[in-house]
Amino acid sequence: MRRFSLATLLREALRGHTGWAPQWRDATPKPAYDAIIVGAGGHGLATAYYLAAECGVRNVAVVEKGWLGGGNTARNTTIIRSNYLWEESEAIYEHSLKLWEDLSHALNYNTMYSPRGVMMLAHTVHDEQVLKRHIHANRLAGIDNEWLSPREAQEFCPILNTDPALRYPVLGAALQRRGGVARHDAVAWGYARAASALGVDIIQNCAVTGIRRGADGAVQGVETERGFIAAPQVGVVAAGHTSVLMAMAGVRMPLESFPLQALVSEPVKPVMPCVVMSNTIHAYISQSDKGELVIGAGTDVYTSYSQRGGLHIASDTLEAICELFPTVRRLRMLRSWGGIVDVTPDRSPIIGTTPVPGLFVNCGWGTGGFKATPGSGHVFAHTIAKGTPHPIAAPFALDRFRTGRLIDEAAAAAVAH
Amino acid sequence: MIGASRQEGMMQRLLVGRMFQGRLVPDSMRTEAGGRIDRARDLRFRFDGVDYLGCEGDTLASALLANGIHLVGRSFKYHRPRGILSAGAEEPNALVTLRRDGGRTTPNLRATQIELYEGLEATSQNRWPSLSTDFGALASLAAPLLPAGFFYKTMLGPRGWKLWHRLFEPLLRRGAGLGHAPTQPDPDRYARYHDHCDVLIVGAGPAGLAAALAAGREGQRVILCDEQAEPGGTLLTEIRALVDGIPAREFLARSLAELSAMPNVRVMPRTTAFGLYPHNHAGLAERVTDHLAAPGQDLPRERLWQIRAARVVLATGAIERPLLFPNNDRPGVMLAGAARDYLLRYGVKVGNHVVIATACDSAYLTALDLAAAGVEVKVVLDLRSSAEGPLPEAVRKAGIPILTGGRVLGTHLRRLRLDSVLLGRADGRTRWFDCDALLVSNGHTPTAHLAAHARAPMHWNDTWGAFLPGSIEGVASIGACAGATTLAEALAQGAALFAAVPPPVEAELPIAPAPGTLQGAETGCVFVDLQNDVTAQDIRMAVGEGFRSVEHVKRYTAGGLGTDQGKTGNMALFALTAAASGLAPAQVGTTTFRPPYTPVTFGTLAGPARGDLFDPVRTTPLHDKAVAEAAVFEDVGPWKRARYFPRKGETMHEAVAREVAATRATAGMFDASTLGKIEVMGPDAAEFLNRLYVNALTGLKPGSCRYAVMLSEAGFVMDDGIVARLAENHFHVTTTTGGAARVLHHMEDYRQTEWPDLRVWLTSTTEHWAVIALQGPKAREILIPLCEADISALPHMAVRDLTIAGAPARLMRVSFTGELGFEVNVPARHAPPLWDALRARLAAIGGTLYGTEAMHVMRAEKGYIIIGQETDGTVTPGDLGLPEGRAKPDFVGKRSLTRPDMLLPDRRQLVGLLTENPAVMLEEGAQLVTEASPPPGTPALGHVTSAYHSPALGRSIALALLAGGRTRLGQRLFVAGPRGGIAVTVAPPVFLDPEGARLHG
Repeated sequence: MRRFSLATLLREALRGHTGWAPQWRDATPKPAYDAIIVGAGGHGLATAYYLAAECGVRNVAVVEKGWLGGGNTARNTTIIRSNYLWEESEAIYEHSLKLWEDLSHALNYNTMYSPRGVMMLAHTVHDEQVLKRHIHANRLAGIDNEWLSPREAQEFCPILNTDPALRYPVLGAALQRRGGVARHDAVAWGYARAASALGVDIIQNCAVTGIRRGADGAVQGVETERGFIAAPQVGVVAAGHTSVLMAMAGVRMPLESFPLQALVSEPVKPVMPCVVMSNTIHAYISQSDKGELVIGAGTDVYTSYSQRGGLHIASDTLEAICELFPTVRRLRMLRSWGGIVDVTPDRSPIIGTTPVPGLFVNCGWGTGGFKATPGSGHVFAHTIAKGTPHPIAAPFALDRFRTGRLIDEAAAAAVAH
Repeated sequence: MIGASRQEGMMQRLLVGRMFQGRLVPDSMRTEAGGRIDRARDLRFRFDGVDYLGCEGDTLASALLANGIHLVGRSFKYHRPRGILSAGAEEPNALVTLRRDGGRTTPNLRATQIELYEGLEATSQNRWPSLSTDFGALASLAAPLLPAGFFYKTMLGPRGWKLWHRLFEPLLRRGAGLGHAPTQPDPDRYARYHDHCDVLIVGAGPAGLAAALAAGREGQRVILCDEQAEPGGTLLTEIRALVDGIPAREFLARSLAELSAMPNVRVMPRTTAFGLYPHNHAGLAERVTDHLAAPGQDLPRERLWQIRAARVVLATGAIERPLLFPNNDRPGVMLAGAARDYLLRYGVKVGNHVVIATACDSAYLTALDLAAAGVEVKVVLDLRSSAEGPLPEAVRKAGIPILTGGRVLGTHLRRLRLDSVLLGRADGRTRWFDCDALLVSNGHTPTAHLAAHARAPMHWNDTWGAFLPGSIEGVASIGACAGATTLAEALAQGAALFAAVPPPVEAELPIAPAPGTLQGAETGCVFVDLQNDVTAQDIRMAVGEGFRSVEHVKRYTAGGLGTDQGKTGNMALFALTAAASGLAPAQVGTTTFRPPYTPVTFGTLAGPARGDLFDPVRTTPLHDKAVAEAAVFEDVGPWKRARYFPRKGETMHEAVAREVAATRATAGMFDASTLGKIEVMGPDAAEFLNRLYVNALTGLKPGSCRYAVMLSEAGFVMDDGIVARLAENHFHVTTTTGGAARVLHHMEDYRQTEWPDLRVWLTSTTEHWAVIALQGPKAREILIPLCEADISALPHMAVRDLTIAGAPARLMRVSFTGELGFEVNVPARHAPPLWDALRARLAAIGGTLYGTEAMHVMRAEKGYIIIGQETDGTVTPGDLGLPEGRAKPDFVGKRSLTRPDMLLPDRRQLVGLLTENPAVMLEEGAQLVTEASPPPGTPALGHVTSAYHSPALGRSIALALLAGGRTRLGQRLFVAGPRGGIAVTVAPPVFLDPEGARLHG
């Protein structure tokens, strides 16, 4: 892999930018691999990268129905934070946040990780109790999260309306300064490039049509549009379509898939310095480096695999945004879109082994998987390589829905991820 | 010839000079006659601080062009000077900020869509200090270092320095963005409408009009919308053809008159159908006042229309594509069709000496019409090898030279305006032509956005060099957006949808569609996406770097991601991607068309939901009573609830202590009307409830109440309340305030999907019943004289229907305070007088009103839980020390309670906590640990769920969920805090009257 740097950029500039090589190989499938990852989103590519970079498993294929990084990786609002409530969640999201902090250098790709602070607003006494409980839990875990008064919140985000007469006034906020955003596409591309350089085959436009199991029940490989590809270990990382893929191996997943929408405004000069989230009135907002206000809306009420949702969902979110930030009311929605999120009963992910030997699954990230991309890929790679769950992944086993050891972040706090 | 820019400069000086005398010279590039503007009505407007004159009917773009101004903006990345490219919604360059009074500042508006009004004030964007002198243009010098995606490859700095976040990102952010967001709240208001119709027709050009006429005459309910101020589309500039025997523009006027006379048809100009959502749900944005100089206060600025249409007809036309050639972005380079629009609609000559370069016949019409208006058309360069047919013939006949098979090789800029173009002939010779405008055409792209939103398939068409939308159920595309090439064809398609006969068309000069060409894009600075400064070289580089999917190329180069969403540039982006990948365009496909078609104001989407109308407050029938008693309110779910009733000078703490003490000493009165209430009736009502709640309810006797807990499927406590059995088949069930809707949905879900065989009916009665809680040792004394029945022997957990103070009441003897207590349910309208009656008796006896805070304290003293405080979706009834329904064969959640983790002894259980220092209050949410100063990463044993000062105990108390809590009674633990741990002792969760003597008194 040719290193990216100012020097290479200079050199190529002199050659009119004609000398750049492909950032990853557009591979054609080999007959067999040591491991196959189904799904070339951020989590799948990260898994392949860490398999090759840290676990010594380089004969890996990532098989993708469409184009790499084209699902929720390319559609989310890129919020990164680790101030979760339960210790299991704190562990994986903090593990991820630590990887984010060095990711650009590790991949030699600027993922534009921007720790500009994530501020979660409290509008009711109950909100305040919930956020303070998070702060207490996070302090014990050694994770930064602090309480801001309404005035401090307004200083941190000057266009925030903290008028006490608001329908839902800002009573305070929990701020994680290390939280922030990153450039979603760059994460997928950076992992793809680094994984490809380590020998991973990224096979795009190659839908998996079946998962082949032997007489002993163990996985033998995947059937694809481009033929059978053998591998003793298969990891399914397919977000909203995981349940469909797992059904091919006879595994019924506790997942529901919903369309989740997001939208951006036309670009304007910097006006929103941080990420602001309000769960009570459902508004998530930051400003991209390009200048667009990036706004997360909600999920439709009904399950669907169609990557679009109803207009009212975007309207509802903009109602809340315009109340919290009244100066943006004249800005205009430039684009809106939907992605399919896979939601588990306890709103926490499923990472680990399955009842099928050799078949692993990483899914159920719901509305908040982007922030976990590096950590999720990292622990999943170790899980696949060793055949047993990484300690951080262990609590997120599929089995927990049988044992009852749920990790319910959403119910605990009514907090979306 | 006089250089256009010099002319422009002279004129500006002239204007400024004339300004001192309070007069302006008229717009110099205006034709003597023609156009659809009102020449009698001069409008004064200001652009970048200079005053100009335009006419009623102008757009800002046409008015600027009438004044000889092409330079209106700077590009996003390199800050290159840019002019007006188009005459419509597709404009990538001419973005301005409009200022009105107050907070009415709007950035990023397209000058081509802004209707001129008296006093309009616009400023250019993304430049400093001025449009003509922009230091941002220095970025052009570094352009070789700033190709597509340059920032992915650099700007990191040494490891650990965080230079991206600290240095480069702030720099980049400052440079990015277009206009500035407003700094004041928007004072305008916005309206929201819902409607439905038989046929929604988008686009009032010839195809849409023909469809509307046909459907309207059939009696169908039709909505015809058009994004422009004046409906008509290409009919507005059709000066040759006769339709139905009359000139096309007369046909247009006649058709609009006929439509407006039809009661079943509504024509909506200035209304953009911006999105087509599932099941023919269309979003329309109507601009109501932006074109008015002095909008009336009675009008909303914009209206959002959400229309459900049985049939959607898309007649959205086609958008002209620019040519690709080096430096194709100069001010003065314009789409040929736009130049013709400016001439025929606005009476504006976009130049005096123009060169036309085209790969499509349509530009010949521009040549003919401009020449007829006195513009010198120096040459028509046709990039195709031959120029035959009626149009080129007519142009030749007009004496305009035609060069075929040539290329545009370059442009020259003088004073930020095109002043000459370099044309290459087929034989290799080149020549500079002086000109003040270069008008280009590279074919047209059918406007398939809405069809794509509805997931219509897109089919590649070689003749158009574009994708045409296929049909899907309920959505039809007609006219140019469906590949119609002539006026006659467009009219015929519109009429054919409703089996009508189209009007005949004569004397049309037909234009054949053209596939367009990539010739000219090979070398040099060739812009594909003008707004985002994406060049052909960027696209080749992206493909070379392995970005093969058009979605990848879009994302890597930002092509098509501007505010125009690539309306003029995307086809070239797809074609260049295909060419660089060695694929056919059909194989490459398109990027996803994402709504909205053109940007939609946030305010329009948010509609009237602001201030008091944003999630309107719910108040109880007794709200005014609480207001009169000077209550302080809190938000609970959608409700305002009285939190406490401070007397003069009292703090919350003091008021609450007084309310608690008085209630426990005599009596307290509380508005509990926000509790959710559900009437459950039917022969199977008891069985139904028995399956939904942990507690046994089939055996509940009529006239009795029971506290009941509802679980989720996962076995966790979801809600609680009172189930009161009024009769064999009739229950009154209460829920928590926040859970009212959730519980009803949960019940309906089970009733309809799991147990459809049960005969049971549910009705929400939350709004019907007001609830007044009377609690305290003297509660009965207060109530008895008002009751028209004897309640002296009414036991705890009994319910009776009776008349109280003349109101039909449902009286329950229940308590959430630990005191003898009642909840009086009366129909909402009876609540205020009953309140007054009770209030008077309460005052006489020395009782008090209390609010939610005192209620919380009293219930905590008794160890009663609050859903959402002691529970968080992870708590079982066993954890709370509540019955677990072991004796019941089944209920929702029971099976989950038997899972191994639910039976572990170290589950977090409800306990009480007493601080060693009784004055110290714990903080809710604080974590329990065994050490005073635990190291980071120490697992918590639990957390504080509630913490109050207890007036009854005269000290602080707290409830907590603690691992193995019931086995830890008496243990000393610590509550971790930022300033060290607070020592506590674990206690039972009931602090007051554990035997319940007061309750049953």
